[in-house]
Amino acid sequence: MYGKGLRTLSIATAAALAVSLTLVFFYAPLDADQGFVQKIFYLHVPLSIMALVGFVLGGVFAVLHLRSGEGRWDAHSYVSIHISVIFGVAVLITGSIWAKASWGHWWVWDEPTLVSFLIVFLMYATYYPFRYAIEDRARQARYASVFAILAGAFVPLNFIAVRMAQSLVHPRVFATADGGLPGSMMLTFLVSLLAMGLLWMTLVRLELTAKSASGQLKRLRRALDAPPRGEAPRIAPEVS
Amino acid sequence: MTPARLAFAAILGKDLRTELRTLQSLPAMALFAVTTFVIFRFGLDRTSLSGSLGAGVIWATLLFAAILGINRLFVAERADGGFDAIRLAPIDRTALFAAKAAALLVYLLALELVVVPVFAVFFLDSAAALPPLAAALLLADLGLAATGTLISSMAVNSRARDLLVPLVLLPLAVPLSIAATGALEPLLAVGGPGYHRFGTWLAVLALYDLVFLLVGYAVFDFLLED
Repeated sequence: MYGKGLRTLSIATAAALAVSLTLVFFYAPLDADQGFVQKIFYLHVPLSIMALVGFVLGGVFAVLHLRSGEGRWDAHSYVSIHISVIFGVAVLITGSIWAKASWGHWWVWDEPTLVSFLIVFLMYATYYPFRYAIEDRARQARYASVFAILAGAFVPLNFIAVRMAQSLVHPRVFATADGGLPGSMMLTFLVSLLAMGLLWMTLVRLELTAKSASGQLKRLRRALDAPPRGEAPRIAPEVS
Repeated sequence: MTPARLAFAAILGKDLRTELRTLQSLPAMALFAVTTFVIFRFGLDRTSLSGSLGAGVIWATLLFAAILGINRLFVAERADGGFDAIRLAPIDRTALFAAKAAALLVYLLALELVVVPVFAVFFLDSAAALPPLAAALLLADLGLAATGTLISSMAVNSRARDLLVPLVLLPLAVPLSIAATGALEPLLAVGGPGYHRFGTWLAVLALYDLVFLLVGYAVFDFLLED
């Protein structure tokens, strides 16, 4: 039931990614300071923005689930967080590569954005063991929603605390006083962000489709296995 | 008293009485903390601690000792049908959250009453830093009580109770730890307590407390449904 429009969305995503990569490599100018390495910015930053947006959406879907009690919102929340955790791995890897190339170290502790993201990532990584340690399905969905809300409240607090604890050395590309990014870079960045957003949506839709399909399959199997009407139901459990 | 307050007082009183009679959590927490100090003494090879090192040792020790108590917070409710009784009673379920968080807060304060003086005797040159240190720890305990109660009430209904509390609570407590150690560090500086950014860190601690107490108040009802 989530499969409708998935093909169109996938084609749009592929096209947007192709356009954004073309812009990144052939249109956007080389960074005067960092050179070619700076191109990873167009991958790293959209990935991290989408990961954080996905975590926030996971919390919003969790609120909807708790308010309505409908299982599909729990599925939305789970899949949002799931795809964002995968994006988070990519963010940490690309960030590490960028840090090595431009600062000379794979990991830099006095870098608030990097450290905050690591902590947020670690928080959401515990979502899986937490969720799957709860056996009852309805309770699992409710607890997972509470987790998503707790973690959603945790993200801004964490950014505040980490930022206050450290010096500011991260490139603030959008906030510099003298204009920030040149227009061509900004355009490339926005297209990359759009492509990454579409990719995130496609993956979420794909996962939701797969989940609902396997759920339907399970229901059909159960219906097939059920004893035909008229036969006496077994009361005592079978003992072998 | 309103029914909610009566329920709050009854549950809190029950918890504290049980702890006083059985002494299940507190002595273990205190012993654990003191032993951890000894381990830090040799792990860091220092006989006196100051500044960030002192703040890190006292906070890490208290946090890990707190986890022992948080693990056990709802065990009796689960084992002896307390959850069912609360569900049946015509009271606001938030009373259970408030009472449990208050009980945890009392445990943490009792723990610190024992452990912080021991820390001072072991590692500090003077006791001048203790009053402001108590203020900072009180705010930190409040946040830990809010998040600890929430996580504990969920973990107790899972297959992996003892695993889930540290697993989920530690990342959740990272902002709290940053703010707590930030506040404690200048207090433990060599040559008497300093107050560099002390107020700012207290504000961050208070913000954390406020956010998670409100979130706990909002979501706790959903944890008791069945």
